[in-house]
Amino acid sequence: MPVYYLEIIVVALGLVMLMVDAFVKLEDKRSIAWIGMLGLAVVFALLFFVKWPESTEGAFWQFYSSGDKLALYFKGIAVLTTLVVLIMAVDYTPTILSQIANPEPGAHRQAGLGEFFALPMFACAGLMWMASANNLVSIFVSLETVTIAFYIMVAYLRRNVGSLEAGVKYLILGALSTGFLVYGFAWLFGITGSMQLSEIAAALAKPGLNTTMALFTFALILVALAFKIGAAPFHLWIPDVYQGAPTPITAFLSVGSKAAGFIVMLRLVSPFLASPALVGKVTLVLTVVAILTLLVGNLAALPQKNFKRLLAYSSIAHAGFLVMALASSPRAGGIISMSPVIVIAFYLGAYLLMTLLAFLVMTTLRTKIAGEELDSFRGLAKRSPFLAFAMLVSMASLAGIPLTAGFFGKFFVFKLAVEAQQWTLLVFGLIGAAAGFYYYLKIAASMYLSEPVKDGDTSAITVSPLAKIAMVTLMVVIILAGFNPGVILGLFV
Amino acid sequence: MSIIEIIVFLPLLAALAVGLGSPARFTALGTSVLVLLFSLGVAIQFNTALEGAYQFVSSRTLLEIAGFPKLSLALGLDGMSLVLLLLSAIVMFAAMMVSPKEESIKGSARLYYISLLLIAGGAIGAFCSTDLFFLYAFHELALIPTFLMIGIFGNGDNRVRTAWTITIFLGVGSLILLVGLILAVGAVGATSFDISTIITLAKLPESAMSPDMQSWVFLLLFIGFGILVSLFPFHSWAAPAYAEAPTPVAMLHAGVLKKFGLYGLIRIAIPLAPAGAEKWLNLVLILLIGNILYIGLVTIAQKKLDRMLGYSSVMHMGYVFLGIAAGNHIGLSGAVLLMFAHGISIALLFALSGWMRDQFGTLDLDQMGGLAKALPKLGLIFGFGVFASIGLPGFANFAAEIAIFFGAFAGDGETMTWIRWATVGALWGVVISAVYMLRAYRHIFLGPLPKKLAIPADLDWSMRVPMIVLVVTLVAVGFVPELLNQYIRPAINGILLVTPG
Repeated sequence: MPVYYLEIIVVALGLVMLMVDAFVKLEDKRSIAWIGMLGLAVVFALLFFVKWPESTEGAFWQFYSSGDKLALYFKGIAVLTTLVVLIMAVDYTPTILSQIANPEPGAHRQAGLGEFFALPMFACAGLMWMASANNLVSIFVSLETVTIAFYIMVAYLRRNVGSLEAGVKYLILGALSTGFLVYGFAWLFGITGSMQLSEIAAALAKPGLNTTMALFTFALILVALAFKIGAAPFHLWIPDVYQGAPTPITAFLSVGSKAAGFIVMLRLVSPFLASPALVGKVTLVLTVVAILTLLVGNLAALPQKNFKRLLAYSSIAHAGFLVMALASSPRAGGIISMSPVIVIAFYLGAYLLMTLLAFLVMTTLRTKIAGEELDSFRGLAKRSPFLAFAMLVSMASLAGIPLTAGFFGKFFVFKLAVEAQQWTLLVFGLIGAAAGFYYYLKIAASMYLSEPVKDGDTSAITVSPLAKIAMVTLMVVIILAGFNPGVILGLFV
Repeated sequence: MSIIEIIVFLPLLAALAVGLGSPARFTALGTSVLVLLFSLGVAIQFNTALEGAYQFVSSRTLLEIAGFPKLSLALGLDGMSLVLLLLSAIVMFAAMMVSPKEESIKGSARLYYISLLLIAGGAIGAFCSTDLFFLYAFHELALIPTFLMIGIFGNGDNRVRTAWTITIFLGVGSLILLVGLILAVGAVGATSFDISTIITLAKLPESAMSPDMQSWVFLLLFIGFGILVSLFPFHSWAAPAYAEAPTPVAMLHAGVLKKFGLYGLIRIAIPLAPAGAEKWLNLVLILLIGNILYIGLVTIAQKKLDRMLGYSSVMHMGYVFLGIAAGNHIGLSGAVLLMFAHGISIALLFALSGWMRDQFGTLDLDQMGGLAKALPKLGLIFGFGVFASIGLPGFANFAAEIAIFFGAFAGDGETMTWIRWATVGALWGVVISAVYMLRAYRHIFLGPLPKKLAIPADLDWSMRVPMIVLVVTLVAVGFVPELLNQYIRPAINGILLVTPG
């Protein structure tokens, strides 16, 4: 089966889900999510069986790269994230319904729920296509497919002020960054005369390049991408949007949207880094962005009291480590080190596991505890040792404690920085990692060390079987990959 | 599975089993007995004629990709790691024995025993690893369990704060260590994390690090490992943590886990960056004198037994540093022997002080007294611990300290080198430790019995068995140091080899 069928299947699934929602009388609309989950599980399995075409002649292949294991890996990330998001969305149903309640008499009691399960499918298809995009046009179209789906999902809770505020912020700033991206693309086409990434790379590497124009182009593109990945100083939207969006969508944003941003970043920044005339200045800019992002993300996370805001700053901090890897690209003729592409791909995989685990626990808890403040986690270890332990594993991995997948992510990044002799960057990376110990363990401390809230609910918490399976799987992979990163690296190296 | 893999993974699997519902105390205790038996078996089978080679080697390659050193789950023992494995196994057994029964634990007994198993398992794994990555990673396994143990089950109202302090200190220490290790592995151009390979590369002239690089690497490793060992002035986490930790955690941490930093210095830092070690020798000497004399005086000023023991354990690390600074055969073997002896004696003292805290509800030296008559068995065993800790002849600590002093004073000529001055200073430490240890003994066991103190029954068998094991170990090694020296000697010879191969 040719590889691009996968995207078509996912889009078709999304359409089927919409049709079912519209035309089939369902007692419980959560069945729609089951269609999506089953379909995505099949697509995930198919990823291991797809065939690359023998000939890549023809117009289509100008927009779709081929023969790339990394692209398949990123498609896998997209599918897996969407699958877990749907699992969360099912558990999250009561909250959605209470925030979009339809006052019209005679309407279905779950009216408006179906789209919530279908929208992630379209974002997923966009993400999958983006993993293979090799042309400015296909990069842009796939990125916008994802972003537009997100505009709707972020503002989905239409009777919730926080969600609406998040939606508007995300829309305005997102549109602005898209503007920067298109303008950057126009300049890129102007100086290289091509839309094709391979030809752009060749043109940028040629001697006699107008470096001023090339750097201006780079700056425009970097601004747009920094917005997508949440790198400072374009990170301001992240905490508000993460806090306001429905929790499953926050998870999707923080994993899917970030992965998307980094895939595009890898594709677009690599040609600039490969150009001898530009590499010095580009590296310098990336270093500054990495330092700022590390500082902002890690230091602003320290005083956070809201779980989703804390994870928002944590996602900024992780973006800092990822940009740090990019800024530590090996110099020509130096030590042979891992390619930053591999490091970033691994880091994103590890980040997916631990962040989704944290959000899974959070969605399960949401209906059982008072709020999303850290204080409402107090005494959780007594109410549900399983959930507390799952959260502990996730936090340990996010903090980068050895024998978890998260450690290897940071380890690879630090190793790259040492080999690229980026000493200043390394120092800031260390400060960030040390701060991380504190704010991630703060959640563990709240669950394990604090007494439960007085007069609060102390009943045991039940976990739905599906969420439990997902959590156990994520935990096992996090720890396995902590012993042997080959578990993840083997998928694309 | 080879025997060494069983020893390393048994505690971790036991932790998993307890998590899945196996009876907590029974599983943990059974595991510690098995680990102890297997470790003794390995010690008997160990071939002491092989110099500087790892035995019982088992290796599984995990990851081999371009640009990243080969990663393997490689385990093995040389004489030095064997001695530390024995220490871990003995202290682990004693710690499990003195741990409370499930029903008397306030909170989750499962969590309690899982944490203990992970702390002990992490230490054992670190000492048995011949792969640099896993040496580092296993040690970190103890970080979160320690945090939870002190924070949940610790004594005193300050326990959460203390749990944070130790975690942040050790976390930052390990990060500094990590950078030093990455730097070193990159600088020698190693294509594998195998420790022997890396050190061989560091000794070959064509791949050795430049003196500047060695200086940086040693400094980072010294500070990184130093924080983990409570080196002065990075010691402030240690005493409160030991005082407020639950008894078995204090035993495992002060007795076993802290030795990891010293082990790392001998195993990695010095062979890897000898020029760096030489350059920073004076700094090492100043800091270790800080450990011995300054912390020694701080120890004298303590009014509570648990704090005093905590500081005394910080202070005794100074001697080990002195042995390491000596860098010769006798000094290093003394250092390794003292790591063992101190680990056993401090575990003994913490076990007893924990027992006393449970019985009397206080460890304030001024509120105790006259217990020797009332509780003779406690008095006797505590006395053994005190004498061992001071370093009286007949105990393992004496054999070790005397070797360290000889090693540090060794050399030709009559000029007083820096290290000789440091040795003279360190000798005063013996007097200081005699002062605080005997003073504590007098306060607790001699004099009139305070009326307020309710006298419990003397040590029962669940305390007596582990205490006897510890005392017998101390005395046996004290009279026949060769018991352990036969393992230490070839290991140190291997480490001191200047030319590779």
